[in-house]
Amino acid sequence: MMEPGLYHILTVSIALFFIGVMGFLTRRNLITMLMSLELILNSVNLNFIAFNKYVWPGKMDGLFFTIFIIAIAAAEAAVAIAIIINLYRSNQSIDVTNAEDLKY
Amino acid sequence: MPNAINIALIPLLPFAGFLLSGLFGRKYIRNFAGMLGTALILGSAILALYTAYDYFFVYGKVDGVYQQFVPLKITWLAFTKELSIDMGLVIDPISVMMLVVVTFVSLMVHIYSLGYLKGEERFATYYAYLGLFTFSMLGLVLASNIFQIYIFWELVGVSSFLLIGFYYDKPSAVAASKKAFIVTRFADLGFLIGILILSYFSGTLDFQELIARLTSPESNEAKAAAASTFLGASALTWGAALVFMGGAGKSAMFPLHIWLPDAMEGPTPVSALIHAATMVVAGVYLVARLFPVFALSTPAVLEMIGWVGAVSAIVAAVIACTQTDIKRVLAYSTMSQIGYMMFALGVSKYGGEAGLGYTASMFHLFTHAMFKALLFLGAGAVIHYVHSNEMKDMGGLRKKMPVTHFTFLIACLSIAGVPFLSGFYSKEEILLAAYHSNTAIYYIALVTSGLTAFYMFRLYFNIFWNKPYEAHGGHHGHGEGGLVMMLPLILLAIGAAGAGYIPFGELVSSDGKALESHFDIAFSAAPVLLGLTGIAVAAWMYLKENKKPENMASSLGGIYKAAYHKFYIDELYLFITKKVLFNLVGRTAAWFDRTIVDGLVNLTGNTTVLVAEGIKKFQSGKVQQYAIYFLAGVVLLAAFFVYVWR
Amino acid sequence: MMNGSTILFYTLAALTLTCGVLSIATRHIFRAAIYLLFSLIGIAGIYFWLSYEFIAAVQIVVYVGGIVVLIIFSIFLTHQAGEKLPKQQLNRGIWAMLAVFCGFALTMVQVLQHPFPSGDGLHPVTVRQIGEKMLSTTDGGYALPFEIISMLLLAAMVGCIVIALRSKPETT
Repeated sequence: MMEPGLYHILTVSIALFFIGVMGFLTRRNLITMLMSLELILNSVNLNFIAFNKYVWPGKMDGLFFTIFIIAIAAAEAAVAIAIIINLYRSNQSIDVTNAEDLKY
Repeated sequence: MPNAINIALIPLLPFAGFLLSGLFGRKYIRNFAGMLGTALILGSAILALYTAYDYFFVYGKVDGVYQQFVPLKITWLAFTKELSIDMGLVIDPISVMMLVVVTFVSLMVHIYSLGYLKGEERFATYYAYLGLFTFSMLGLVLASNIFQIYIFWELVGVSSFLLIGFYYDKPSAVAASKKAFIVTRFADLGFLIGILILSYFSGTLDFQELIARLTSPESNEAKAAAASTFLGASALTWGAALVFMGGAGKSAMFPLHIWLPDAMEGPTPVSALIHAATMVVAGVYLVARLFPVFALSTPAVLEMIGWVGAVSAIVAAVIACTQTDIKRVLAYSTMSQIGYMMFALGVSKYGGEAGLGYTASMFHLFTHAMFKALLFLGAGAVIHYVHSNEMKDMGGLRKKMPVTHFTFLIACLSIAGVPFLSGFYSKEEILLAAYHSNTAIYYIALVTSGLTAFYMFRLYFNIFWNKPYEAHGGHHGHGEGGLVMMLPLILLAIGAAGAGYIPFGELVSSDGKALESHFDIAFSAAPVLLGLTGIAVAAWMYLKENKKPENMASSLGGIYKAAYHKFYIDELYLFITKKVLFNLVGRTAAWFDRTIVDGLVNLTGNTTVLVAEGIKKFQSGKVQQYAIYFLAGVVLLAAFFVYVWR
Repeated sequence: MMNGSTILFYTLAALTLTCGVLSIATRHIFRAAIYLLFSLIGIAGIYFWLSYEFIAAVQIVVYVGGIVVLIIFSIFLTHQAGEKLPKQQLNRGIWAMLAVFCGFALTMVQVLQHPFPSGDGLHPVTVRQIGEKMLSTTDGGYALPFEIISMLLLAAMVGCIVIALRSKPETT
């Protein structure tokens, strides 16, 4: 085990990202898909923070990106949940396989 | 100098009439439209007469030669610096003469129609069409540019279509108007190609320039046009011949004459206008306008014109002898007379004494306009009276319609070439010109002249003598028609009688120089005697009701039948179009259209459908599938940029 | 060789990843939300470990206190208690796994091969600095994005309300 540094954090971030992708691809429940999305966003945040810390320590841009992404994620989650609830109201289900009306 | 505004007003006044009656005629000025149109054309006629006086006697002659003036020229559409379509006015002897003819005959027709079409439902529309027709013909006459003439040429075609098909609820009128339009349109195709050829080689569309460049043998343009050949004839010859084809179509020359008899379906005053002053003489006018080109550069085409004219003259005269519809007789007579004008041009040379044919042709155009308009208007009065076009329904009308009878007689005598009436003078000049240049054509013309006298008096005796008139159904409350119908007849009769005394040779000649016209009693004897013989034969056969015509017809047998059926030319056309063209070309074209063209279109459509069928699976509505595509795309792009692009 | 800091990092990383995997794997949706919560807390811990306390605090306040609570509420609204999610399709799982593994390997190879320049990592950031930078209108300031984000949040709020509004029954 070595001293944890940039590469370690990037590894964690990439792993988290693909865990999120995996969840997004396999889950059929819209809420769990939304959770996977949150994981993906967090992995990106982690990336920004790690780069800010190890590559450009004198600056704060990565940090601000993280803050804004968190804000946008909050908005996105709220809108997504509003849509999900509306879908549930009309479909009595939030399974993506039941929401396939928008096709050819 | 000519006054451009006065001259421009001559065509524009009838055009204004067309616009006013056309736009407001049906609702606002319905009863007033006829008077309006007549008043405007009257103004135009006065201006034309004034212009003619001014031109011929005040400023036109410079050093004994009538000059050509272009008082107005506006570049309308410029292709290059050299080549442009202009809108201009040309003033020279023939255009001035035509202005007088067109406006005068049109005025007569306008006045006459006030009575003839009284109570007609579409009275205002009729006057609008008349205005358009007159405008187009005047524009054609005044055109300074070969393309301008083409534009007005087509306008004449359109307005004749409208007028011939005026009674559009009559199927035969509709068919006739279509026939007139299609046949002349077909000829105009040749005209257009001819224009393109001539303007391509001369590099200009302007008449003066065009004639100057193509007639001087040293000019580059003429050399180039003469040098390039196609099918053994030079490009110049082709161009001139094709231009003449357009003229032949409008002028109803053999074999493009088939529309003319059918054009009788229009109202009778319209026939007078078409036959006397407008439309059919347009072809003659066109040849006269381009006469230097024909005479100096393409004598072969000019000779062809002569022969076409001569053949038309005799064929039409023969057919006219057998027809029973009085308007058809007159129609064939027109064709025959136009043939006269054409071959007079054809036998003419440019300049000097040899240019007699040109003068004679224009002279005959002038006198013919008078007596032919008179004949048609007289026939119109007769038809108005008896409500039939057929000779067998007529007879003995001389007591019932004295004015018509008298004026009609003057016209018949005039067209038959009886001395001291206008037709005599112009016809003698034509025969003289033919005699000096082409003996074969001269004899054809001589025979035609005898036939003309015969069929005209056949018509005359059948209408006014023969059997006594009995009214069919006895519903004739009206007489000859009011003053509005009699006045044009009388005026035209004066014209038909007196027009021959105009010293035409001094006014109109091929090169503008005065031409001394002289009459030779010895030379005139033959045609006059022939004409009188024709009249006598007609009188012998038709003065009293008898069996001679039937006997004659049956003894002539096949020839009579062929002539009665107009030598089966219509049938020949139908055979060519229906059997040959439709089957060979039409079927092939239809097959090509259905299989190749439609096939291509369907192929595109089907391909689109197939591709859509294939790729629409991607649009499945499954969010996660989209996510996979998206991810795959991102990965591929990343791989591409990382490993390939670098 | 193992000091406290190293142990702490590995523990936090393990917590984050384990909870993340569990969150996408469990068939109880409520448990999934709780695992997500812990995963996010683990990330907040990594922020702490990186000595970005402010971000860590924001992470906990917004994610843990906001978004996860929102998700739990929506679960309550749309699911019966104790309801299990349906089983996942096996072949789709395999294909997704394969794709994800390939992507992971590709990315890792790239990242590990890439020589990142390394800073000294000794620049602690205070909240005062963040605040000044956030509202600075000079070059490099974030006042404009800040305002735009506030507009976005307002729009999202209005949008949520409108979307989630119970549509009026049709009165004909």
